[in-house]
Amino acid sequence: MAYTEDDLREELKTKEYEYGFYTDIESDTFPIGLNEDIVRAISKKKEEPEWMTEWRLEAYRAWEQMEEPEWANVHYEKPDFQAIAYYSAPVAVDPNKTLDDVDPDLLAMYKKLGISVDEQKKMNNIAMDIVVDSVSVATTFKDTLAKKGIIFMPISEAIQEHPELVKKYIGSVVPRKDNFYAALNSAVFSDGSFCYIPKGVRCPMELSTYFRINQAGTGQFERTLVIADEGSYVSYLEGCTAPSRDENQLHAAVVELIALDDAEIKYSTVQNWFPGNAEGKGGVYNFVTKRGICEKNAKISWTQVETGSAVTWKYPSCVLKGDNSIGEFYSIAVTNNYQQADTGTKMIHLGKNTKSTIISKGISAGKSQNSYRGLVQIGGRAENARNFSQCDSLLMGNDCGAHTFPYIEAKNKTAQIEHEATTSKIGEDQIFYCNQRGIDTEKAIALIVNGFSKEVLNKLPMEFAVEAQKLLEISLEGSVG
Amino acid sequence: MSLKDKLVSSHIVFQESLDPDSPIYDVRNEAIKHFEEAGFPTKKDEAWKYTSLNKIIKPDYSIFPNGEAGLDYKDVKRYFLHSLDTYKIVFIDGVFSSHLSETTHAGIDVCTMRSALTKSKYKAVIDVYFNKIAPKESLISLNTAFAKEGAYINIPKNKVADKPIEIIHFSTGNEAATMLQPRNLVVAGENAEVQIIERHQSLTENPVLTNSVTEIFADKRANVDYYKIQNDTPEASLIDNTYVDQYDDTIVSVHTFSLGGKLTRNNLNFYQKGEHIDSILKGVTIIGEKQHVDHNTLVHHAQPNCESHQDYKGIYDDNSTGVFNGKVYVDKIAQKTNAYQSNNNILVDDKATINSKPQLEIFADDVRCSHGCTIGQLDESALFYLRSRGIPKKEARALLMYAFANTVLESVKIPQLKERITKQIANKLGVNVGFAL
Repeated sequence: MAYTEDDLREELKTKEYEYGFYTDIESDTFPIGLNEDIVRAISKKKEEPEWMTEWRLEAYRAWEQMEEPEWANVHYEKPDFQAIAYYSAPVAVDPNKTLDDVDPDLLAMYKKLGISVDEQKKMNNIAMDIVVDSVSVATTFKDTLAKKGIIFMPISEAIQEHPELVKKYIGSVVPRKDNFYAALNSAVFSDGSFCYIPKGVRCPMELSTYFRINQAGTGQFERTLVIADEGSYVSYLEGCTAPSRDENQLHAAVVELIALDDAEIKYSTVQNWFPGNAEGKGGVYNFVTKRGICEKNAKISWTQVETGSAVTWKYPSCVLKGDNSIGEFYSIAVTNNYQQADTGTKMIHLGKNTKSTIISKGISAGKSQNSYRGLVQIGGRAENARNFSQCDSLLMGNDCGAHTFPYIEAKNKTAQIEHEATTSKIGEDQIFYCNQRGIDTEKAIALIVNGFSKEVLNKLPMEFAVEAQKLLEISLEGSVG
Repeated sequence: MSLKDKLVSSHIVFQESLDPDSPIYDVRNEAIKHFEEAGFPTKKDEAWKYTSLNKIIKPDYSIFPNGEAGLDYKDVKRYFLHSLDTYKIVFIDGVFSSHLSETTHAGIDVCTMRSALTKSKYKAVIDVYFNKIAPKESLISLNTAFAKEGAYINIPKNKVADKPIEIIHFSTGNEAATMLQPRNLVVAGENAEVQIIERHQSLTENPVLTNSVTEIFADKRANVDYYKIQNDTPEASLIDNTYVDQYDDTIVSVHTFSLGGKLTRNNLNFYQKGEHIDSILKGVTIIGEKQHVDHNTLVHHAQPNCESHQDYKGIYDDNSTGVFNGKVYVDKIAQKTNAYQSNNNILVDDKATINSKPQLEIFADDVRCSHGCTIGQLDESALFYLRSRGIPKKEARALLMYAFANTVLESVKIPQLKERITKQIANKLGVNVGFAL
């Protein structure tokens, strides 16, 4: 009998069950609260070696001594750190749940974003009928990557399999005591990704697609470590455009990028966590520490599209340590309703002939507050350092705010720094021009916002640029009054 | 004993020496209490992130300098704008010097704060304006606590000051270290116009610390043109706090020329409380050695249809440090605001530092706000162009630097003053070029 598609479907169905989450959930959830025992228990759960346990404990002890930062231009109710469960196993698939159980608003949004039914199900933890795509794709990817010698796996596995790499680099860019949330993350991180690109290898694909399949179940304290060895290249995309109704209130992730001599890392983020409802209730607190270090001739490029989260507090940074290294930051931050975002970057120029570019576009609508906060620092030995920063804000409506807090510190006379910022609104004449040509106001605004954000959208990997564009449109829906 | 303790304990003596019926007796008491709680600002305060007062407050300052040291006009003549007829309010070590001054009560009041605070005919003005806009901050409170002397200028409705007013504070170095706390009040009534030039000048190598507070009120359609010349000795430090209240259709401009001094901190704050206001804040900073200049500006747009223009240029040599911390705040109702802010800097030496923080906080949507900040060097090709035409390197550099600062200089409305500052800048750059451009 011929092997039909139905057979495959049947097989995959059983496979799904075979590899499904069979762990007993009860025994996998830790009591709420945080103390040394919890940290030890997390480490034990992950079967980590002794040095990792100690590393976590030291971070925990440092965290205990630290205070929650208050300098950011955001106001929110502080989370109670002793009321959070710091470890729970991934949520199991509920076999009885169907798409009909999912919030219709969410489904409508998926439709607009053009997300396939399967992906929708995956995002809502619904068992899938057809997994042909993902399974095959994942395997092909794994093969290709392995051939090139690229290591790409959950960080918990990397700790077991490549302890020498993890030990050498973890905490080298974002030290455990760096800040309150970084210390917390270092103590309790549950999982995340680890990526190593060997010398001279150009990673043949965006590491995004695979990640999207792989990411289910990563907890609220993610830890990502990307190491690009000499002369290598990797483009990494995290997050996805689809809205994720995560139950976790607090997300404190740490991302460390290491670009060794002549390497290049392109790191793109699309963040669309639950922003809270139109009245500002609920929503995710997104407190993230992201930093990369560039050795000689290396380049790190951060691109982010931030549309979600009730409170965002995020400054992807570059330490330009090596001579001739380059740092880039492209960002679009959209806030609507009661969202608050305080985001920007830090460019620390230490090496000679280092260059950095900052393009930040903030769009505020509704009753939201959107801040750009950035630092450009030129060290005394950073000869011929060059920086260009541009932060533009677009205000829609009269109840929102746009703020710019750039810090510029130069200690070298050969430095050339330019910073410019503008704040404006969408001109009535611009809208009129569109209306006149038969484009309704809502579409016209989408058009103008897209034009405003184009410089950043262009930097996203192609497939995501399209989705991000739609996402901008949706995020600002109804903000036209 | 730290300076703070010394100030707090000597305040009692100070108050006892004054009239308890003074309209500001209680204000002073409250102020010293606040200062005692708050203390001197430290680098932990965001507004003082780049400027430390630690070294400045170390010397054992004499808070009440000993009497009037005689100064002959011929010794200090060069500090006056002698080519121009002006009213003069001159203080020597914080004490009013009548023989160097030229005050008036003819239609306008140009006199001293001491008489304004003690004479009953000024009580109404003092009650309305004294300490009304200066916020409750530690250094302001400190000044208020010891407020006693300074310039008092009141230009009533529809009056125009017939000549510019010079305010000069000399310190003679009678004491090993002197602390001065002048308090100035400028009230411009409806349609009034006034031009003021303020200068702090130390005549000694001994440390001097000046903590000055100036409050300026501009009523409808008034026009206030204020110039601050800061070209002091390497041991003199200045903390200048200026607060401006503007009402409908007023134009107030403050030009600050920081060309010397050990540490100079300018807190310049504009509050726009009416419509169609124009606020102009401009500054040129040219320093070297271990000098430190910090410009901390705020323009608060609280009403619609107003403008503000900020333009600060800085040239930093040797080990000097420059700070620019500018903030534009636009309230929700302040629609149609146009706010511009620009800060350009040239670092001449590798050891010089510049920290710039131009901020925008905007809550209204129909506004045009922009800021720009640059740090760079002189254009090599422009330098080459000049040198190829026979202009020596030093002069060529000076010429380019002058051109760089000229956007600020050209808006100085008193020609004699402009010439004076141009000369000082030429001096500073070590050239004899007349800059007769």
